[in-house]
Amino acid sequence: MSSKSDAKQEREIKIVGFLCNWCSYGGADTAGVCRFRQPTDLRIIRIPCTGRIDPLMIVKSLIQGADGVLVSGCHPNDCHYAVGNFYARRRMEVLKRFLPYMGFQSDRFRYTWVSASEGQIWQQVVTDFSETIHRLGPNPGLHQTVDSAPAVSWF
Amino acid sequence: MRIGVFICQCGTNIAGTVDTRAVAKKAMEFPDVVFAVDYMYTCSEPGQKEIQDAISSHRLQGVVVAACSPRMHEPTFRRAVKKAGINPYMFEQANIREHCSWIGTDREANTRKAIDMVRMSVEKLRRNQALFSTQVAVNKRVLVIGGGVAGIQAALDCSDGGLEVVMVEREPSIGGKMAKLDKTFPTIDCSSCILGPKMVDVAQKENIRLYAYSEVEAISGYIGNFKVDIRKKATYVDWNACTGCGECTQKCPSKKAFDHFNEGLGATTAINIPFPQAIPKKARIDSDYCRYLTGGKCRVCEKICPVKAIRFDMKDEIVTEEVGAIIVASGYDLFDARVYGEYGGGRYPDVISAMQYERILSASGPYGGHIRRPSDGREPKEIVFISCVGSRDISVDRPYCSGICCMYIAKQAIMTRDHIPDSNCYVSYMDIRAPGKGYDEFIRRAQEEYGVKYIRGRVGRIYPRGDRLVVQGADTLLGVQVEIEADLVVLATGVECSAGARPLAEKLRISYDQHGFYMESHPKLRPVETNTAGVFLAGVCQGPKDIPASVGQGSAAASKVQALFSRDTIETDPQVAHVNENMCIGCGKCEQVCPFGAIRMKTLRDGSRKSEVLETVCQGCGLCNATCPNKAIQLRHSTDDQILAEINTLFD
Ligand SMILES: Cc1cc2nc3c(=O)[nH]c(=O)nc-3n(C[C@H](O)[C@H](O)[C@H](O)COP(=O)(O)OP(=O)(O)OC[C@H]3O[C@@H](n4cnc5c(N)ncnc54)[C@H](O)[C@@H]3O)c2cc1C
Ligand code: SF4
Ligand code: SF4
Ligand code: FES
Repeated sequence: MSSKSDAKQEREIKIVGFLCNWCSYGGADTAGVCRFRQPTDLRIIRIPCTGRIDPLMIVKSLIQGADGVLVSGCHPNDCHYAVGNFYARRRMEVLKRFLPYMGFQSDRFRYTWVSASEGQIWQQVVTDFSETIHRLGPNPGLHQTVDSAPAVSWF
Repeated sequence: MRIGVFICQCGTNIAGTVDTRAVAKKAMEFPDVVFAVDYMYTCSEPGQKEIQDAISSHRLQGVVVAACSPRMHEPTFRRAVKKAGINPYMFEQANIREHCSWIGTDREANTRKAIDMVRMSVEKLRRNQALFSTQVAVNKRVLVIGGGVAGIQAALDCSDGGLEVVMVEREPSIGGKMAKLDKTFPTIDCSSCILGPKMVDVAQKENIRLYAYSEVEAISGYIGNFKVDIRKKATYVDWNACTGCGECTQKCPSKKAFDHFNEGLGATTAINIPFPQAIPKKARIDSDYCRYLTGGKCRVCEKICPVKAIRFDMKDEIVTEEVGAIIVASGYDLFDARVYGEYGGGRYPDVISAMQYERILSASGPYGGHIRRPSDGREPKEIVFISCVGSRDISVDRPYCSGICCMYIAKQAIMTRDHIPDSNCYVSYMDIRAPGKGYDEFIRRAQEEYGVKYIRGRVGRIYPRGDRLVVQGADTLLGVQVEIEADLVVLATGVECSAGARPLAEKLRISYDQHGFYMESHPKLRPVETNTAGVFLAGVCQGPKDIPASVGQGSAAASKVQALFSRDTIETDPQVAHVNENMCIGCGKCEQVCPFGAIRMKTLRDGSRKSEVLETVCQGCGLCNATCPNKAIQLRHSTDDQILAEINTLFD
């Protein structure tokens, strides 16, 4: 473990976040306004709604080298566009199950619902997820993951 | 493209933990960037001027500002670049304050992050397109949801401004909580004397259409053009015919119906008019208590009614109204005191809520304005008021201050001493919060002029002794235990969100906080707007407040609507979906997922089916974009290309 974790330190962890404009982006703003400290690995992309998310964007991020991908939107029933997050949830649930088959640990991807008032919850989400990704270490990339991801090692 | 990058220091808000100079320097290396600089306050007038000057001197075609959240200042900067001749959509904002400088202390890590964020914005901007709004006509009618004092004020202001108003009130009468109050702090005005005329105005204004005993069923559309389905609940009385004479209520044999207006003190008849000043003053049958509707026999009112207005076969009815803006003023409910078992609310008849006490004090109340105990009708001499019942208590998930209780307790104690001069009034309080105009003076009057005894500390327990109640608690100022034998205990139950606040928010597509109060667009600068364009807030539905503040918000919301309606058209948001017909295979999936019906399939002359976006209907969610198997439909300003470019640049 120790030699591996040394290797982990070599490069900065980067997490891509897709946040819907109406809830979670606002929640992240609220967390900022309240000065709730968070790890700095997250790079947020503002999207209108989680329904805008094509699973391809998540996969593309992982292929490019993102160490984690976090999607966050409005709570179910609160989507600014009424149903966008229901579509998103269905797509992301399917994607989550497919990720190991593509050679990615499914823990590298997470989705949550955080409203614009929930700054503190946002802080928790970012902190938890960043910790998880730091524990997993840098994303080894597609070719190497085949050996290390248990779900596909015998596949 | 020639891009200029402006890094805001925001005083020390950003520069304190981000090396803005280094970010600007690094930005110069990004593709297409021809100019980059950091500046003290980019949003200030000289800051904006700096951008505009750079646009002309460096012939910029696109601008990136790295500063606060775009939810805060994107409109400001879009206007600024537009003034300098750049299309407002050739602008991107990187949020290096809320999402960076304010949440991390490691200056180097923050600076690296800020550089990444600027790089992402530059890559997105390189793929932006100039976008142009279109104009749509505004329907200059406004819907007001809730007829409490806030909604009434909003409706009357809009009506005075010549607008057509549709008001929907859930209860059989408008007036809300204020109609139940006896007097109002800090002047001890008679509540119904100041509210009554306003209620009558609502009924009499020709441009206000009131739907009482009705609820909003569904809302579709968007700013300028909403469509609202309203459920008119069955009253079993034809209100067009009913004159409000009240004969039916005299003769109705079912006399044990729950009296909502009097907070369950006393009872009313199954067919009733909620209170003498009700607007509209019409009878309604409470189907839970009507002998005919529950047991199949009676129909007395039908025979009595001089105008034959009774309709036992009445059903709920849905009507549709079209409006251009919505004011939500759905008010609040009160905390259920039974949660605190140790106070015995709901168990002991002489432990009552402050709202019940308002009814007891009121001349139109169950005891005709004489202060009596509910249990035996005796005049109480020792009265204890307990503050913060369901306020500022994390253990019952009510961490917030209700803001009004300290004041109305003082009012009620003053009124009590006024009615019964030989009574003793005690107030058990945590802190006294009286920040309004004339408020602290009012509390002082209660203490000094009326001799109300204030005891700082919490009550631990209330239990009966004989026909009285023992109130045990602490006086934390004197550091002693106190025990008072009281005749009557009044609990100042706190404010909570109105029942049904959450489902209503979901219909309106507005957000609410963890306690169910509606979220304003900005806590300081946009207090009555919501994040859904065309929907405004007034009164306690947004958070606890008293009557003056509720009325203020009602007027503020009305003036926002009038400003909106002062134009005949509004600009649409051009960030909408767009179909590339060459790529569309006509599968119709986008049409199926669009939540707004903004997509129509059409057949071209060669017989092929293609999708088409109705640009004024599209809300820009991008669901179609994510669904299209061929990526033929793209959401402008958030295209696949743009989002993927933001991802890619992070890992170059
Ligand atoms: C015991 C007590 C004493 C008080 N004394 C004072 C005082 O002396 N001075 C003072 O300034 N303030 C006082 N207040 C505070 C005052 O009651 C409020 O500030 C004020 O009533 C708020 O008005 P509102 O219109 O926002 O809400 P409300 O009065 O609650 O009105 C909301 C209206 O909306 C309706 N509604 C709710 N949901 C829907 C829906 N989904 N569809 C349609 N309609 C809906 C309700 O039926 C109601 O009629 C007191 C409060 C209490 C509890
Ligand atoms: S972006 Fe697409 S799905 Fe969303 S409202 Fe517009 S047309 Fe409909
Ligand atoms: S989903 Fe795409 S391909 Fe199918 S009809 Fe819509 S735009 Fe055309
Ligand atoms: S707008 Fe937030 S998830 Fe749809």
